Amino acid sequence: MINPENGLCGPITLTSSQTLLFSAGNDQFFANRTSATGLGPYFVATSCGSCHSSDNRGHPFTTLTRFGQTDSTGNKFLAEGAPQLGTFCLPGYTPETLPAGATSTKLIAPITAGVGFLEAVPDSEIIAMADANVNNPNGVRGHPNYNTIPSYVTPLNGAIPRPDGKYICRFGRKAAVYNLFQQVAMAYNHDMGITSSYMPYNPFNYQDEAMPTTASTAEIDNNTFYSVVFYVTALQTPIQRNATDATVLQGQNAFVKIGCADCHKQNLTTGYSPIAGLAYQTFQPFTDLLVHDMGPGDDDHYTEGDALTSEWRTTPLWGLGLAPGVQGGDVYLMHDGRAHSIQQAIQMHGGESTVSAANFSKLSSADQTAVIKFLQSL
Amino acid sequence: MKIILSALFITILLFYFHPASAQIDSSLLITPAKKDTAKHTLSMDAIYNRPFKKLGSSSLSIGGYVESDVQYTNTSGITNGDQFQFRRFSLFVSSTIAPHIKFLSEIEYEDDPSGDAGEAAGPEFGVEYAALDIEFNPLINLRGGMILNPIGGFNENHDGPKYEFTDRPIAMTQMLPDTWNNPGFGLYGKKYSGHWMYGYEAYITGGFNDSIINNSQGKTFLPAAKSSITRFNTSASGEPLYTGKLSFGNDQIGEIGLSYMGGVYNTWRVEGAQVDNKRSVNVFDVNFNGTIPGLHTNIISEWAWVFVDIPPDYTPEYAHKQFGGFIDVVQPIIHGRILDWDNATVNIAVRGEYVDWNDGVFAATGQKMYNDLWSIMPAISFRPTPQTVLRLNYRRQTQNDITGNKIGAAIGPTAGLSFGLSTYF
Repeated sequence: MINPENGLCGPITLTSSQTLLFSAGNDQFFANRTSATGLGPYFVATSCGSCHSSDNRGHPFTTLTRFGQTDSTGNKFLAEGAPQLGTFCLPGYTPETLPAGATSTKLIAPITAGVGFLEAVPDSEIIAMADANVNNPNGVRGHPNYNTIPSYVTPLNGAIPRPDGKYICRFGRKAAVYNLFQQVAMAYNHDMGITSSYMPYNPFNYQDEAMPTTASTAEIDNNTFYSVVFYVTALQTPIQRNATDATVLQGQNAFVKIGCADCHKQNLTTGYSPIAGLAYQTFQPFTDLLVHDMGPGDDDHYTEGDALTSEWRTTPLWGLGLAPGVQGGDVYLMHDGRAHSIQQAIQMHGGESTVSAANFSKLSSADQTAVIKFLQSL
Repeated sequence: MKIILSALFITILLFYFHPASAQIDSSLLITPAKKDTAKHTLSMDAIYNRPFKKLGSSSLSIGGYVESDVQYTNTSGITNGDQFQFRRFSLFVSSTIAPHIKFLSEIEYEDDPSGDAGEAAGPEFGVEYAALDIEFNPLINLRGGMILNPIGGFNENHDGPKYEFTDRPIAMTQMLPDTWNNPGFGLYGKKYSGHWMYGYEAYITGGFNDSIINNSQGKTFLPAAKSSITRFNTSASGEPLYTGKLSFGNDQIGEIGLSYMGGVYNTWRVEGAQVDNKRSVNVFDVNFNGTIPGLHTNIISEWAWVFVDIPPDYTPEYAHKQFGGFIDVVQPIIHGRILDWDNATVNIAVRGEYVDWNDGVFAATGQKMYNDLWSIMPAISFRPTPQTVLRLNYRRQTQNDITGNKIGAAIGPTAGLSFGLSTYF
């Protein structure tokens, strides 16, 4: 259901058969799951749409908690239900709690619109952006997050794995998820407690039971699963509003000038995609898909893949101005929603973004306002 | 906003009303069969206060109604085009078995699943009502069988031909379950004193189940309980649902009903072992109907509050509290002979509706939870006879999801036009 004003919920240009698949995926994306259709027993939300209202950012009520991993050697708490805590449980089940000694982070759902474009960015472009940062005068570095991919994931066209067999991942706050196929499998399993052919083990509460060793019957069939993967892949990018407004343009110039665009890259270009509407397209996500050190203020002592605990993927800024519409009128920004305004989010940038955040503070009031207005137009 | 609604409702009550009646004056209905013995009627009488036709010299009377429509709706710029809908075909049969003993049944085909749409297998065909009434005294009547729980006014008084609108009230169908029927027993009675009528109903029946907080709607949804195929022979909680109603009618004012329904809804024990705490659902309802003298303006309104005990570690998408209702205002503008019909009426009408499926705040933020809906629906109707109505409705509706987002998978500003017919036969 496309919103003509901002493009959310609508597809890119598709063939008729692709439109039918997209429509089926749309229905499933927003379908509420029940215990009879696989929900739980431990879960965060009852549907994909619960966390991604209008395919946009999540609301704090669906904030999830991931725990148990502090470095690239892997998660030490898998037997205690890591990596994700079941925020909610079905009636009759014991609520899950964090095991002693496990560090954790809270994560608010990122925007889904446009993610197919991000998936179609070639590894070579991501590596090039990392390489270009070597001499960045603002201290921006960043690197791809290399991670081991599960056996059910097929490497993308043009993938450039590392010699140790790890691949460049790009989805999730830590950029630890390889592609949308894996993301959908994880979301069904970790967020809704729904097993699939690809993740056949239900989340469990270690205080009640041992980690299951027997695969469950898939609670979502493969056709439904594929339709949801296709749906999120084919979602349109958010449309910028007031792009030609003088203040917005002033803010955009200031945004680049103070170094925000060093990480929040305005333009990326896709490579080959089997979906024609995604192939070889230049689009404006305002991310470089790299993980960057954000400083001790954002260090939750939890990580995934090769990222340090203080490193986070550059959040795409598209759709940022639409956040109040899906976050109850307020905004909840940064990885856990700790920032309640765009200005506050900028001020919370540390680590590699310290210089650009400081540069923002030095801007005139008019320029600061213009930057905010520009970001609200995205 | 609820304060405004409450104030509006109270204001209406303060007006000066004619005797209680539905939108269609039921006294005008052709009822060749012997009428109920009541000299005046309340909503609780609606089940018998229909245009029955007596079958020869037998003790049987039959009747029924049908309703169908075509709708064109548009939500957030998206439409599925014209939708032709055959909503219901209902057949009722009554019988006076012996003095003070009567039976009535209603069998209905319904292609308007009112339970959990995500669980609906298709059109429903079933026994909506089948109960035996034994009158010991006007104040003490025993009713047993498949009954309609007397929560509010609409649940007992919902026949399509009585309304100027093709759609049933949203709060009374998607917050409360409509035609909410259960096997059970109870007592009812009435008393008259001058211009006043008093009535009571008190029943114990089967009830709700866990689906009210575990359904494809993703919200506390009492109608989901209707989708259980075992609910007519298995009570999920093993405990009765209590329903009671007090009705007060006055020839000069109208009728007001105060009702309550509540009980344990969840399956809290399995094979004798307790697996969960007992969790209750409680519903409070106020309904009113009356006619402004002189103007003949008929008003029907009903508002309900739902309270559900939700497990503490459950998603806030399922609400502890809900509120909603509707008000119908119907104004006859032409009454008399039209074409070959001597008793024809043209009405203009409007329905206002509000439902809040999640009345509360997020624990995570302290913000209001929305998941609410406003709707206004002007209408014009033509009744060639009191039993038959042709109706044209236009709906404007706005809806928010739980976070207040107005654009989503199934929400957004909605406009709709519908034309329908409904008639007793």
